[in-house]
Amino acid sequence: MSNLVVMPIIIPAITAIILILIGKRPIIKRMVAFFGTLITFISAMIQFVHVYRNGTTYLELGNWKVPYSIVLVSDMFSSLLVVTTSLITLVMIFYSYQTIGKDRETYYYYTSVMFMLAGLNGAFTTGDIFNLFVFFEVFLISSYVLMIIGGTKIQLQESIKYILINVTSSAFFVLAIGMLYSVIGSLNMADISKRISTIENQDIIVVISILFIFIFATKAGMFPLYFWLPGAYYAPPIPILALFGALLTKVGVYAIYRTYSLFFSYSGPVVTNVLLVLSLLTIIFGCIGALAYFDMKKIIIYNIMIAVGVIIMGIIIFTKESTIGGIYYLLHDMIIKASLFMLVGVIIKITGETDIRNIGGLIKRYPVLGWTFFIAALSLAGIPPLSGFFGKYFIVKAAFMEGYTWSAIIILISSLVVLLSVIKIFIMVFFGDDKNKVYHPEPYYKTLVASVIMTAIAVLFGVGSEQLYPFIAQAAEHLYDPVTYVKALGVK
Amino acid sequence: MEILIIILSGILVAAGVYLILSKSLLRIIIGSSIISHAVNLLLLTSGTLKNAASPIFTGGNKQYVDPIPQALILTAIVISFAVTAFFLVLAFRSYKELGTDNVADYKGVPDDE
Repeated sequence: MSNLVVMPIIIPAITAIILILIGKRPIIKRMVAFFGTLITFISAMIQFVHVYRNGTTYLELGNWKVPYSIVLVSDMFSSLLVVTTSLITLVMIFYSYQTIGKDRETYYYYTSVMFMLAGLNGAFTTGDIFNLFVFFEVFLISSYVLMIIGGTKIQLQESIKYILINVTSSAFFVLAIGMLYSVIGSLNMADISKRISTIENQDIIVVISILFIFIFATKAGMFPLYFWLPGAYYAPPIPILALFGALLTKVGVYAIYRTYSLFFSYSGPVVTNVLLVLSLLTIIFGCIGALAYFDMKKIIIYNIMIAVGVIIMGIIIFTKESTIGGIYYLLHDMIIKASLFMLVGVIIKITGETDIRNIGGLIKRYPVLGWTFFIAALSLAGIPPLSGFFGKYFIVKAAFMEGYTWSAIIILISSLVVLLSVIKIFIMVFFGDDKNKVYHPEPYYKTLVASVIMTAIAVLFGVGSEQLYPFIAQAAEHLYDPVTYVKALGVK
Repeated sequence: MEILIIILSGILVAAGVYLILSKSLLRIIIGSSIISHAVNLLLLTSGTLKNAASPIFTGGNKQYVDPIPQALILTAIVISFAVTAFFLVLAFRSYKELGTDNVADYKGVPDDE
């Protein structure tokens, strides 16, 4: 049964290979991609249930024992993330049917999405630090392809920056792994965690951890290293942007969660303070960006940064409640960012504009779109019955209890700014005077259906968060108490 | 011996960073691949450079060098090769499409005021 762990990685990879082989018929490609992702989602669900019933499952590849082999670990946290990732990709593939265009579909769009899904699922599941690097490269190379696909001028210019940033940070990732290996002498994450906790002089570990934070902060778009994010995410078409915004930065966040909880929570206040300052500055700069622009895409892109800052706060405080809040907020943010980008995509498809000052009065003609956007906006800001509330509630409560008063206040103010920035879109686009423009909308029903489904998932996540609590609490356990993770893998 | 290699890879990183900060796209690509060379060298030293047999089992009680960094470097080389190839093609394409290889001339995303 432990072979279940590898399924969410291997099924999209096989689907991608099949997609390379079948010719240039978009219809067949759509079907294969959709069913491939559906099977991935189902296997992820089976794995999720299995992990819930039997506890952490792991697979030693090639039957070598734990510290010597590459091990795939599926604890509750990674299995929740794998389920969410597969679900978002599934809806996004359905959304792509009407938005991405025949040319891009013929040139390996679905193949790249599938390889990206394989890389993401792998990065969430792996228990080996070098294997994490390899899976990072798998989804990064697919994301380079997705960013450049179509080859418009803005895409060319922006993907050069994006690739350069990621090549450099990947080189530093290898460097950091080399340094960690020369100090610890192991690559298995549980084994490293075990050995790090026994080291007396933690100075070199602090240096390595700053290096890791530098790398993952670049991937996640945290404060001094977010400069690539607004430009690079602006360039590609909407479904690709939605995939990137919902999934890619969150892998950086996941990697910070794992490495902080397993490796660096032993090395004292320096790492914590560095992360604290960086995440607060990320929130502040994200707020400034979200308020400054009148461009729908840019507003949502800066909202990604705010969310990353808030999620990182969850691991900085490092208590039971804060990690539970962090996981709630991470899952919520993946879903709601996908849904918001999809809705923005529908608006752009109808009007052909991205600047909200040029659009007005859409609510009369498109009421479903308007009210869905309204619900998504409230959900993003964290209005109580909706999904953003619980994560922030736990994080803020933990912050007040542990004495991070100012951080809690900044987080609360930031949710006001988030609300203001998205409600600004809602009021200017859907209300106001109809500018009497005659739009000639292309067919958009499938995209609208996909975005309504995504928003409905977000609402369900909010309403059912009481029922989700046991899963999330089980997921948080391995984070705030890394010893249980090490024990679950049987490292002596 | 390790000290020598570490100094060498430090020099390589410095050269790579200098090249990445220049304006020509080709220099940037050369810089990024020089950095990956430096990183691979450093990865090799992480297993300590002792005077021992290469890790091929031929019988006998010989001392072998650490085989893990070599496997890691092999992976890292292939990955950086693929990325560099992609990056070079991208540079070629953007030179044809945009008519310049000066990154300072790239305007990128439109600002709204």
